[in-house]
Amino acid sequence: MDGRVEAAPEGPAKVEEAPREAPRDISALVAELRRIVGDEWVYTAEHQLRTYESDGLLQYHATPACAVLPGTADEVQACVRACAREQVSWVARGAGSGLSGGALPVEDGVLLVLSRMKRILEIDLDNGRVCVEPGVTNANVSAAVGPEFFYPPDPSSQIVCSIGGNVAENSGGAHCFKYGFTTNYVTGLEIVLADGERITVGGYELDPPGYDLLGAFVGSEGTLGVATKIWLRVVPSPETVKTLVAFFDSTHAAGEAVSEIVQSGVVPGAIEMMDARSIEASEQMANAGYPVGRAAALLVELDGSQHECEARFDDVVAICERCGSDDVRVARDEAERQLFWKTRKAAFPAMGRISPNYFVQDGVIPRTKLPEVLERIEALAREYDMIVANVFHAGDGNLHPLVCYDGDKPGDAERAEELSGKIIDACLEAGGSITGEHGVGVDKKKHMPKMFGEADLDAFQRLRCSFDPAGLANPGKLMPTPRLCGEVPGPYRQHPLEAAGLAERF
Amino acid sequence: MRPASIEEAAALLRDCERPVRPVGGATKPWLPERGEEPLETGGLSRILEHNVGDFTAVLEAGVPFAAAQEAFAAHGQRLSWDPPDPGGATIGGIVATADSGPLRHRYGGVRDLIVGATVVLSDGTVAKSGGKVIKNVAGYDLAKLFAGSFGTLGLIASVAVRLHPLPTNTASVCERFDDPDALLARVLELARRPLEADCFDVVWEGGEGRLLLQFSGASAADQAERIGARAEVDWGAVRALQRTTEGAVLKVSGRPTDLPAVIRAAGDGTVVSRAALGLSWVRVPFERVADVRQALSPRACTVLDGAARVDEQWPDPPALAVMQRLKARFDPSRIFRPGVFVGGI
Repeated sequence: MDGRVEAAPEGPAKVEEAPREAPRDISALVAELRRIVGDEWVYTAEHQLRTYESDGLLQYHATPACAVLPGTADEVQACVRACAREQVSWVARGAGSGLSGGALPVEDGVLLVLSRMKRILEIDLDNGRVCVEPGVTNANVSAAVGPEFFYPPDPSSQIVCSIGGNVAENSGGAHCFKYGFTTNYVTGLEIVLADGERITVGGYELDPPGYDLLGAFVGSEGTLGVATKIWLRVVPSPETVKTLVAFFDSTHAAGEAVSEIVQSGVVPGAIEMMDARSIEASEQMANAGYPVGRAAALLVELDGSQHECEARFDDVVAICERCGSDDVRVARDEAERQLFWKTRKAAFPAMGRISPNYFVQDGVIPRTKLPEVLERIEALAREYDMIVANVFHAGDGNLHPLVCYDGDKPGDAERAEELSGKIIDACLEAGGSITGEHGVGVDKKKHMPKMFGEADLDAFQRLRCSFDPAGLANPGKLMPTPRLCGEVPGPYRQHPLEAAGLAERF
Repeated sequence: MRPASIEEAAALLRDCERPVRPVGGATKPWLPERGEEPLETGGLSRILEHNVGDFTAVLEAGVPFAAAQEAFAAHGQRLSWDPPDPGGATIGGIVATADSGPLRHRYGGVRDLIVGATVVLSDGTVAKSGGKVIKNVAGYDLAKLFAGSFGTLGLIASVAVRLHPLPTNTASVCERFDDPDALLARVLELARRPLEADCFDVVWEGGEGRLLLQFSGASAADQAERIGARAEVDWGAVRALQRTTEGAVLKVSGRPTDLPAVIRAAGDGTVVSRAALGLSWVRVPFERVADVRQALSPRACTVLDGAARVDEQWPDPPALAVMQRLKARFDPSRIFRPGVFVGGI
């Protein structure tokens, strides 16, 4: 996930896409939820529910029948069990900072808000583990184990976003090119399934026997159940960090530098690129002294052992210069490094200053296709006569084009959305993906059939049905169209002869 | 059965009513055979893509692991898996068993470098998940579900993987110990330092322990010398300790701090441990398997080599009901190695 869209669009309202419970009287369920968590933690009043009607993507909104804030895993389980008994859909929500509408409530369903569950349960640095409740913020995990250790996945929203949400979305961040994603750090989960069963998979130890349920669950966008306890791997903080920003006359030249750096065998902690529009907007907000008018800025960070960083950093500077940068600025101290990052992270909110509204896209391309896809995006922007600013996680080819528009201008939002969709098409044509870190949620559902065929979606549904055959957990997300689970193949019974090893099952 | 293409594999499976056993190089006989018909992947042996600039590749299941590495090395790259390969191990077999070697310390396991997969299910469905870019969260991550599924959910037909630069310099360090507790103290001390070692293994055999680290990169030698004196380490021999043709090998899912207990449980056997990850391979005679299990309880110990000769290959899995439902949904006709996986799946 990236930062909250502070200038998020009012945009074309899509409420009709929000799944809807069949309107019925669920007052008995609400009463039971009150008994479970206490009156003060169940909200049903319109003004209370408004807080939860959207996640970070404000153009989607829906009002649940109630929001319930359990304080413990036992309470979560009891709430989910009650929903299962009444066959009422529910959606788990962490901090609500997601950017795909993944935590959009089900109209007239139950919203399970996990923000009260923010205890850090165990820290064991000898074994490199921390165990937390889902409502703990990403930044607080690192804070709990720092400064000696840290938790690498670092979505831009890390100050507010919750670990439970990170697990649901398989969140990345600026440093995931080197360090990997949430899925590479979750070693155990306690999960309440939609039928109210509670399971524990993994924990401190790697490779629990059987199927990789952790791999299946992380990134499943809340459709397979809700995590109530999360074990994470934390790692020693790097000995040293060196950061530079280099400016180029074209995004093409900056892209060349990225390729050369990676080809040379360096695995930077982060490589971030901004184009002219993003530089201009960010500079207005962060005042870092960036040269407005330059075509591209490349932020490169190396971290790790002092020897290796020093040996490699000069190489990186040389590559930037060879690729045409005449302005390479090396952070002299931590304050300057923070300024570089502040400027990069200001790109999203800063865009709100130069455009009333924008859509943020989250496409991925093979890194080598960067120049041609950028040209395609520029051509599309010209064709639509709209401003598109670009920021990327350049190392892993994750693009965040910001499509600017004016929500007060009739038709502008629709055109911006269309343009945004064509950018996704360009990413797919280049061999990429419709989402690198924001998730599918409701926002990208319409693009799923462009990336996956019917057989692929059928296989996805088999997984979903294995965890939640009734389809009560976060329905209407991730899959492009609603599907039912159909007949469950009957439980397998071993033939006595087979059990005795005397016959095979043919 | 030996399909020459994924389409042919699908056609064969669609009409298949007998149990089948996907086979690559047949180097890991870790599940008991029950007369299933072999489904050989040798005809699926194409490297479909090697995107050099993107550090990714798409490989069919039957590609020999060594051939893939050779192709990548020609461009200064590698797939950072290094499981023991007695010769002939295939990509599909490594993915199906999630086998790993010393590089797992830095690069993760099979699950961590696989970015997409195409699988063939028992009804002939050909399904792909993930993609071929290194960052992607669209759809469910079926590649991880199939990694380590031992061929019980369907045929892994092809996979997309992330590659890394092949290091030009490496340097290793070896420290010797005769006291398991002293060895653990050193392991924990080093594991808390930001070393960025590629490999971080412990080997215990013949009453003596060795702590082995490998570094790579421009400053590999400097990094190694900060730990201790450089040493020549035969990493192939280290990997080989994960296998045996004589007794049993137990894979222990433990914690780093379990190391002395694992060493003591092994007795006269040998131990190779990814020390900072808590994963160990313990090689003992068949008759000691139960003792090792009991000594390390409640840690999960899976018998790999020698599984056919022991009563209980698998420890109890977590959430067996969910795993049974996965099996029922993905392989409703139960033709993929029925009855031999965890919990009788």
